[in-house]
Amino acid sequence: MVEHFKMRTVDLAATPLRDLNADLHRQGDGSNETRWEVLNPRGAHAVAVGVDAPLAIDVRGSVGYYCAGMNKKAAITVHGSAGPGVAENMMSGTVVVKGDASQYAGATGRGGLLVVEGNASSRCGISMKGIDIVVKGSIGHMSAFMAQSGTLVVLGDAGDALGDSIYEARLFVRGKVKSLGADCIEKEMRDEHHALLAGLLDKAGVSGVATTEFTRYGSARKLYTFNIDNADAY
Amino acid sequence: MTYHNPPTTPRKSWTFDDYTLSEIRRAAATGIYDIRGGGAKRRVPHFDDLLFLGASVSRYPLEGYREKCSTSVTLGTRFAKKPIELKIPITIAGMSFGALSAQAKEALGRGASIAGTSTTTGDGGMTPEERGQSKTLVYQYLPSRYGMNPDDLRKADAIEVVIGQGAKPGGGGMLLGQKISDRVAEMRNLPKGIDQRSACRHPDWTGPDDLEIKILELREITDWEKPIYVKIGATRPYYDVALAVKAGADVVVIDGMQGGTAATQEVFIEHVGIPTLACIRPAVQALQDLGMHRKVQLIVSGGIRTGADAAKALALGADAVSIGIAALVALGDNDPRHEAEYNALGTTAGSYDDWHEGRDPAGISTQDPELSQRLDPVLAGRRLANYLKVMTLEIQTVARAAGHNNVHNLEPEDLCALTLEAAAMARVPLAGTSWIPGVQGSL
Repeated sequence: MVEHFKMRTVDLAATPLRDLNADLHRQGDGSNETRWEVLNPRGAHAVAVGVDAPLAIDVRGSVGYYCAGMNKKAAITVHGSAGPGVAENMMSGTVVVKGDASQYAGATGRGGLLVVEGNASSRCGISMKGIDIVVKGSIGHMSAFMAQSGTLVVLGDAGDALGDSIYEARLFVRGKVKSLGADCIEKEMRDEHHALLAGLLDKAGVSGVATTEFTRYGSARKLYTFNIDNADAY
Repeated sequence: MTYHNPPTTPRKSWTFDDYTLSEIRRAAATGIYDIRGGGAKRRVPHFDDLLFLGASVSRYPLEGYREKCSTSVTLGTRFAKKPIELKIPITIAGMSFGALSAQAKEALGRGASIAGTSTTTGDGGMTPEERGQSKTLVYQYLPSRYGMNPDDLRKADAIEVVIGQGAKPGGGGMLLGQKISDRVAEMRNLPKGIDQRSACRHPDWTGPDDLEIKILELREITDWEKPIYVKIGATRPYYDVALAVKAGADVVVIDGMQGGTAATQEVFIEHVGIPTLACIRPAVQALQDLGMHRKVQLIVSGGIRTGADAAKALALGADAVSIGIAALVALGDNDPRHEAEYNALGTTAGSYDDWHEGRDPAGISTQDPELSQRLDPVLAGRRLANYLKVMTLEIQTVARAAGHNNVHNLEPEDLCALTLEAAAMARVPLAGTSWIPGVQGSL
């Protein structure tokens, strides 16, 4: 009989990081080791990076830089806080941070869903390229800088210069925005935006919050082609 | 008898020369700084200012056609499980699909593969043509992260973390709207036809301590297989190389101000960064001080044109050189056979540098389908392979003349300088003297 849900537990207090990641990389779509638990991460960097299989990975504690970097297909949950660049360049799958996330959360992400249950620091979603990010708390300054595509949802407040030099990414903020960056403007919430936002809130496990409580922000598209008369904007 | 004042010859200002005057007029008319491709065009101390001291009584030479002179080089021996083996110490520098046509990228791959060396992606991701035609491909990890994905990272033979380039240390990139085709737009995940800015800093790290962690992540993602290069623009070579080594680089690439770019501001190209000649000895010194010379390999680029240039860079301590502009010229860039079309663009063959406008008659720095078709990737690849062959023979010729059976045995003692500046920068004596300006004590 095939054992479908074999649980693997890796204790980083005893197992080198390199062995953990190499083991995770050996798993393919048909792996029967689909559930993983990582113990004692103790702020280690690059935990569960480059995973390319539909695994469920629970990291029991806080992690350092780049946890779940370039993730494909896996559902990774950090039961603690995450250092800089959590889920950077994620391609697909889901990453959930139960605590707070440091700078650059979801940077350059190209797909999948990142949920931060606490707050995210500065430059959340910087240069995002298709990822969806839901932050249940607030985000820091320069978030969604040069954001190309994807959606950033913030249930709390946003810091200075939100969406500076933004391209086609969509931003939804429920609280206050301290200031908007160059070429980022408030936009109308049409039906499709309410539907998009509702879907993301649902996926992120947010209930009891109406999409009408959010404001949408996006690009004024005035800086898309260089024009000397816009030089003061930078 | 009448007296005539003798006429004086009209005298142009050295300070306000014709180019300077034209640039002032251009700026006044347009209100925007000049953007162009290529590297520094001003004259700076360069490899031409160095000479080899052939063998004589004190050293004996090797026979040019009979005695072996090795050229191969292994890159990435420090940490990578799979270092790169190249037949020749000349690599092809990173140039993007977007800046270059798909045909040009394919030709670079073909030429490099025939010659037994590597080519490098650029800002804009890896194309199947490039991967398919490049036996050894270095994948650049750039601030924009356009097209970045773990699959291509694993398909690469090495990863080059780009911090800067010689043409614009501290600057980002710009691909103007006219070069953004459907394919380029899709690869970069941006709308078609808009100006695409590439950031000057990486989005998820700043400083050498972060770089160390970023390199760790890239190694973990690729199971420690791939050599990781760190590419820097030449500004403070001693400290930058030392920090790159500290951060865990397998290979350091240092690019002088003559190194090319697809497009940036003229003021950046000509006024920021230092010449290639000036950066090699401090870079090598940093490696030596850390006990890492020949353990972390050093690749030098920026204005390398001939085997003589390459041999001089090797003699100063580089493990390999990298070429960009020279490779494009070998493919057909700025060829006088397109002179009429260059004239129509307001320039002349040899001076064409508006690569960002995408109207290259040679079909290289363009995304225009009609222009791109002009470049036959097979023939152009062959030309590049021929050129690399000639460069390699030239390096061997010089090395044998200096008595070395391996091009990596070339050393500073094989060189002298023609000018004080070059002597000081290369730390070799002025020809006919034992004087190295700036170096204390006797030799």
